[in-house]
Amino acid sequence: MPVRLKDLPRKRYGMPGNAACPGCPETMGLRYVKMALGDDVVLVIPAGCSSVIQGIAPKSGINFPILNIVFAAGAAAAAGMKAAFEALGRGDVKVVVWAGDGGTGDIGFQALSGAAERNDDILYICVDNEAYMNTGIQRSSLTPPGAWTTTTWTGKREPKKNVPLIMIAHDVPYVATASVGYPQDFIEKLRTAAKIRGFKYIHLHAPCPIGWRFDPGLTPKIAQLAVQTGLWPLYEYNQGKFRVSPFSRMYRRPEKRVPVIEYLKLQGRFRAALKNPELVKMIEAEVERMWRWIDALEKSLNPAEEARRITGT
Amino acid sequence: MGVSGPPGVLVEDPRTPFHAPLSRPEPGSAGRTGTWRDSRPVIDESKCTRCLLCWLYCPEDTILRREDDMVYVDYEYCKGCGICANVCPVGAITMVPERG
Ligand SMILES: Cc1ncc(C[n+]2csc(CCOP(=O)(O)OP(=O)(O)O)c2C)c(N)n1
Ligand code: SF4
Ligand code: SF4
Ligand code: SF4
Ligand SMILES: [Mg+2]
Repeated sequence: MPVRLKDLPRKRYGMPGNAACPGCPETMGLRYVKMALGDDVVLVIPAGCSSVIQGIAPKSGINFPILNIVFAAGAAAAAGMKAAFEALGRGDVKVVVWAGDGGTGDIGFQALSGAAERNDDILYICVDNEAYMNTGIQRSSLTPPGAWTTTTWTGKREPKKNVPLIMIAHDVPYVATASVGYPQDFIEKLRTAAKIRGFKYIHLHAPCPIGWRFDPGLTPKIAQLAVQTGLWPLYEYNQGKFRVSPFSRMYRRPEKRVPVIEYLKLQGRFRAALKNPELVKMIEAEVERMWRWIDALEKSLNPAEEARRITGT
Repeated sequence: MGVSGPPGVLVEDPRTPFHAPLSRPEPGSAGRTGTWRDSRPVIDESKCTRCLLCWLYCPEDTILRREDDMVYVDYEYCKGCGICANVCPVGAITMVPERG
C-alpha cells in the first residue's frame, strides 16, 4: 500500500543532536526505519559511521536499542539475538542489522551469507555509501567504477559488487533495493519485509556528502539522480517473484534515463573520472550491465510483468 | 561485578549477574548541534502548502509538525544542511546566513 505522509504520526522518529555530519544519509535512513517498523525493534550495528553517530555515552544519538558488534559478526549476532528473543517469548521483537557497504559486502559477508542460507528470521539492511566512510573514505567492493577514494586516487577501475543479486541467488524470501531519495518506497519495502518470516535483505543506496564530495543540501537529489540515470534501479524480489518498483519502471527504457554525466558532475569524487573518457564509458556500461540482469530476472521470474512490458501496458 | 569500558550508565539488570555500560537515546548526544550551522532555514508560512516534504527529508528530525501540519524548525539542533530548502517544491524555505 502506498505510504501517505499525512498518515505518519507527528512524533519524532530520529534523535537530534547526534554526531552525524550535516546532510547524512544514514540518519535519514534510520528515521525511515523507525517510521516503518515502530518501537519493538533492536538494531545490530557493526563498526561504521552509525557506530559513531550514536555519540558520547551516556546519551545515544540513534533512537533504537542497539547492540554494537564487530564487523565479522553482524548477521550472526542478530540471528543469535532473535533466537534469544524467541526463547524469552518475545518473538515479536524485530531484529535488524544496520551495516555499511564495507560491513556487508566485504568484512561481514560470510556471516551475512550464513544467516541467509539458514534463513534466520532477521532483516538485514545494508546502508551503502559506497566506501569505508568512518575510517576516512577507503574503497570497498561496493565503490563504483570511476570514484575517487583515498585508496583509488585516479578513480576505481573495478565494477561495483552487486550484493542484492548475490542475495537473490541465496533464494531468501525477500530482497529489495531502496534509496534515501525515495523514502516512501523504502518505508513500503520495510513494511513488506516486516510481515515476512525468514531472512530479509534491503540494500539502501545512501549518498554521503563527505565521501562523495557534494553539497550536504543535495543528498536527496543525488540519490534520486542515481535512480533516474538507471545506475541504481529500485526493485523487489518477494517469495520468488521479481518486480521493478514503480519509481524505476520508466527507466527500463534507455531513452527515458537521465544522462549519467548529470549524476557524475555534481560529485567531486568523479572529478578525475570526468577527464577520462574511458572511465565515463565504463560507468555508462554499468547502467547497461545492471539492466541486462534486471531484464533477465524479470523474464524468468515474473513472466506476467514481462508480457505487460512488451505490450506497453 | 562491573565491566570496564567506555563511560556510560552502569545498569544492573535483575536477570543478569553483571552491570553493563549502557547509553539511552536522548537528544544532544553530540551537544547542541545548532552551533554547527553557518546558515539557518527560515520558513515563509504564507508560501507553505504543508506538503511535509521538508519534514520527510530532514536528516536530523529538526523540522517539526504542528497540529495543523504547519512546519517549524528546531534551531537548537538543526545543522543547517539545506536539504529542507532544496526539497521544498514552492520555495518556502530560505537559507539565511548566521551572524558572527
Ligand atoms: C576488523 C576491523 N577492521 C577494520 C576496522 C576499522 N573500521 C571501523 S569502521 C570502518 C569503516 C566501515 O565502512 P562501512 O561498513 O562502509 O560503513 P560506513 O562507515 O561507510 O558507514 C572500518 C574500516 C574495524 N573496526 N574492524
Ligand atoms: S561520513 Fe557520510 S555517512 Fe558518515 S556520518 Fe558523515 S555524512 Fe554520514
Ligand atoms: S537545514 Fe537540514 S538539519 Fe536544518 S531543518 Fe533543514 S533539513 Fe533539517
Ligand atoms: S516543503 Fe515547503 S511547502 Fe512543503 S511543508 Fe515544507 S515548507 Fe511547506
Ligand atoms: Mg560505507
